Amino acid sequence: MAKSWKMPKWFYQLGSPRWFYDISSRLLPWFAVAAVLLLVLGAAWGLAFAPPDYQQGNSFRIIYIHVPAAVLAQSCYMLMAVAGAISLIWKMKVADMVAKSCAPIGATIAILALATGAIWGKPTWGAWWVWDARLTSMLILLFLYIGVYTLHSAIDNEVNAGQAGAVLSLVGLVNIPIIKYSVEWWNTLHQPATFTITEKPKMVPEMWVPLLVMVIGFYCFFAVALMLRTRTEILQREKRSSWVQQLVEGK
Amino acid sequence: MHFESFSDLIEMGGHGPYVWTCYAIAATILIYNIVSPLLSKKQFFDEQTRRLKREQRISNSKS
Amino acid sequence: MTNSTTSDLGLGAVFWITLKRDLLLAFRRRNDLVSPLVFFLMVATLFPLGVSPEPKFLSEVAAGVVWVAALLSTLLSMDGLFRTDFDDGSLEQMLLSPQPLALLVVAKICAHWMISGLPLTIMSPLLAVMLFLPDGAMGALVVTLLIGTPTLSLIGAIGAGLTVGLRKGGVLITLLVLPLYIPVLIFGTGAVQAAASGLPINGYLAILGAILALGVVLAPIAVAAALRISVSN
Repeated sequence: MAKSWKMPKWFYQLGSPRWFYDISSRLLPWFAVAAVLLLVLGAAWGLAFAPPDYQQGNSFRIIYIHVPAAVLAQSCYMLMAVAGAISLIWKMKVADMVAKSCAPIGATIAILALATGAIWGKPTWGAWWVWDARLTSMLILLFLYIGVYTLHSAIDNEVNAGQAGAVLSLVGLVNIPIIKYSVEWWNTLHQPATFTITEKPKMVPEMWVPLLVMVIGFYCFFAVALMLRTRTEILQREKRSSWVQQLVEGK
Repeated sequence: MHFESFSDLIEMGGHGPYVWTCYAIAATILIYNIVSPLLSKKQFFDEQTRRLKREQRISNSKS
Repeated sequence: MTNSTTSDLGLGAVFWITLKRDLLLAFRRRNDLVSPLVFFLMVATLFPLGVSPEPKFLSEVAAGVVWVAALLSTLLSMDGLFRTDFDDGSLEQMLLSPQPLALLVVAKICAHWMISGLPLTIMSPLLAVMLFLPDGAMGALVVTLLIGTPTLSLIGAIGAGLTVGLRKGGVLITLLVLPLYIPVLIFGTGAVQAAASGLPINGYLAILGAILALGVVLAPIAVAAALRISVSN
């Protein structure tokens, strides 16, 4: 360690649970309002105003849930692994709590993506489940989430649980591209190319603008859910500290 | 508005059940993710206030 | 770990000593050696019984069945990789030793592969004959297992390292590791099926080899980190 370099100040502030608690209580209302507005707007737009797909008709409207959920489930895993790495390297408490909070949220969002994919499959492909490459990799992503979550809950010591979860999610992060590639490759081998519907036709703006609104809405929702979970986690772990005691007394 | 009437919107040309189930599942999962941390936060504060009161009672009876 | 070069033992010597120790310990407990192999055989027997004894059908699924059976039986033996060392305290000695932990881990994984993956590979033609695998695919099956089972041991060791301190590690390790096994399974069975239909398999072997190389480089680091976390528990 010849060279000692410093990260910017805000990076270290992030490590303070109290600072995170304060700043998140200020940010939460904004994100909550944005999430509600965007999700309501996007859902109404997608359900009632977007034109139906010329091939799939109205079942196409499921895309406004399915795609944002799938995108969010993947970014949530990235965040979990990155937060885990930060907590491993800089021993940052908040990063550890963020990583822990990501797992249940990500798992439920992955379930949402899978469920909507299956329901969408019924009118489109005529079957609830098709071993489509994207559905299969989403299923494996769900398995990875469940693994991290189970590992977290199996270890009693919070610090060790966080570190073990971080190692596992990093291993998963290295694996995700390999899994994705292998599943796609496997899919082309096994699946007769009858389902050309998975090849998205060029979407008109009336279709993709609400989709964009929904994706941003889902991210805002994720920020809210993550902050809420992390805040609860902070309270539970810092319950001996004076500022949490003051919060309790103030109630 | 793409649909002629409200019943058209519910029906969605036969795809209604699929589409609405999806949106219902989505709403359930999103709400669960918001409500469950809020509930555990409330539980935390309940527990801590109870503990605080108990400790105060003990210290009062001692003095 | 900066003083590893100044200690009496060279890195190669430490590797050999650990490898020999683990092999010796394994041969002293012969039952543990045989049970994954019997499990391998039994899983493969269940498929004709459970699905269909039709030779045509079996020859189609043979590659998948043998691979899945090999994968499960590797997992079965995985839990014991660090367990006994953890229980008798020698794992802590390894953590404290001046030699890099990752190297010791590689030696242990190597020993584990020699007593689990290698016998499986040697036994696989027997199963393949029982399941009517086409003759042309036999070589491919053995070669893919030969490249694939070390990868399985390497990835499984990460799960074993993470769960070594836990009481119900056995079930948990399955949950953690199985999703990570999927690429190996896909390319392994893909190669055998390609060989069965007379296609070249060099590409598959190259990918399996690449995954193995990646595993050899990265997995020991992850296992070493996992062990440090588990032992400090």
